[in-house]
Amino acid sequence: MRRKVTMGILILLCILLQSTVCQMISIASIKPNLLIILIVSFGLMQGRRTGMVVGFLCGLLVDIFFESILGFNALIYLWVGYFSGYFYRIFYDDDIKTPLLLISVSDLAYGVIQYGFRFLLRGRVDFFFYLGKVILPEMFYTLILTILCYRVFYMINRRLILFEKGGVDSFV
Amino acid sequence: MKKKTNDTLKNKYLLTVLSIFCVLLIVISFLDSSLVSPVKQISGFLITPVQKGINGFGTWLSGLTDNFEDAQTLRAENAKLQEQVSTLTEENSQLIQDREELRRLRTLFELDEQYDEYEKTGARVIAKETGNWFQLFTIDKGSRDGVEPDMNVISGGGLVGIVTETGPNWATVRSIIDDNSNVSAMVSTTSDQCIIAGDLRLIDEGSLNLVQLTDADNKVHVGDKVVTSYISEKFLPGILIGYINELNNDTNNLTKSGYITPVVDFRHLQEVLVVLEKKEYVPSDSVSVPDDQDGDGA
Repeated sequence: MRRKVTMGILILLCILLQSTVCQMISIASIKPNLLIILIVSFGLMQGRRTGMVVGFLCGLLVDIFFESILGFNALIYLWVGYFSGYFYRIFYDDDIKTPLLLISVSDLAYGVIQYGFRFLLRGRVDFFFYLGKVILPEMFYTLILTILCYRVFYMINRRLILFEKGGVDSFV
Repeated sequence: MKKKTNDTLKNKYLLTVLSIFCVLLIVISFLDSSLVSPVKQISGFLITPVQKGINGFGTWLSGLTDNFEDAQTLRAENAKLQEQVSTLTEENSQLIQDREELRRLRTLFELDEQYDEYEKTGARVIAKETGNWFQLFTIDKGSRDGVEPDMNVISGGGLVGIVTETGPNWATVRSIIDDNSNVSAMVSTTSDQCIIAGDLRLIDEGSLNLVQLTDADNKVHVGDKVVTSYISEKFLPGILIGYINELNNDTNNLTKSGYITPVVDFRHLQEVLVVLEKKEYVPSDSVSVPDDQDGDGA
């Protein structure tokens, strides 16, 4: 129960920060993708199911708040969460290299899918321009943010696990 | 082991169900957007105050750093500003006289009022779209303040965009620099029609595409003013968009295309004005009433 509430608050908080604060820290009008960090982190630390649910909820909320077509972001983030869950148990989650790699791949895939469905289909064929203008800068910026955010998510997850095992009420 | 395979199956099952749900949602919102709008209304109603708060905090934070400015420079600036105030007051009184004269002349010529006569409401930009691909933003005024979809949004004397959706206390605005945006426009000097299309590739240069300009007499020049057209379906006529900065002949030799520089600074957009009049209702003063009702029905 505590985990669900925490996750819910975390998802909402990330979306709010993404739509407001990320705007203020954007460099050359490119902002990092905080949501990918959240989804991949929890997919990696908690497995496929959590990754999937977190991704789906994030995407759905983003769609509801900002998009006219519902479900598109939800679908992408759902699969991102699912695939990052594959690496649960294979890697140690306290090593930052794995999340860095996973997040960059996810953000790259996210960018390419966005381009493919929402720009290429409207006849904007200059893929390399968009790669250099949006996809790669977003990826690098997201990576930098990952270094800061992953630790926070990791700590939150640790606390939740400790609590679930019981006997650490005094800590929380 | 059995438990593990069971879990994997369950996960796959959940993935399929959620995927199908997403695809269904996409299809439904493609076919009929009115079905999903109640969900958006409710969620927007809940989240807008929070976004407003976070944004206010950010503004407060950046305002805090400004407080550390040197008092000396402030005093010098104050003296300079005082001087400016007196010159401006003088200029202003003269301008007021001119304005009176202009109004008299306008009524004399039975000209339509310019867009500074439209009823407007000020709004604050509180959030932007989460990705880097589109140029949508949310403002803190909604249907409660009389904002409706398709209303024009202006700022600093130029066109910013158009309201796409509204809730009770929020509205989404698509800027004209958005990749999906097309505005029917005209060159103010020659009244030649053209289309102003937003393009992600041009956002960094701060310009917009100008396409399909018919200029058979070669009278349009770089530097000419581009305003919204009289034949536009959704944009009120005569709102300034920007100035032409490049113009080339198309390969068909019939039309021209080029780039314009918008007057609005889209990167530092904080406050905007929503024009509380929609295109359909504009001619109500000058056009006879039966015509107007025809227009509504069509």
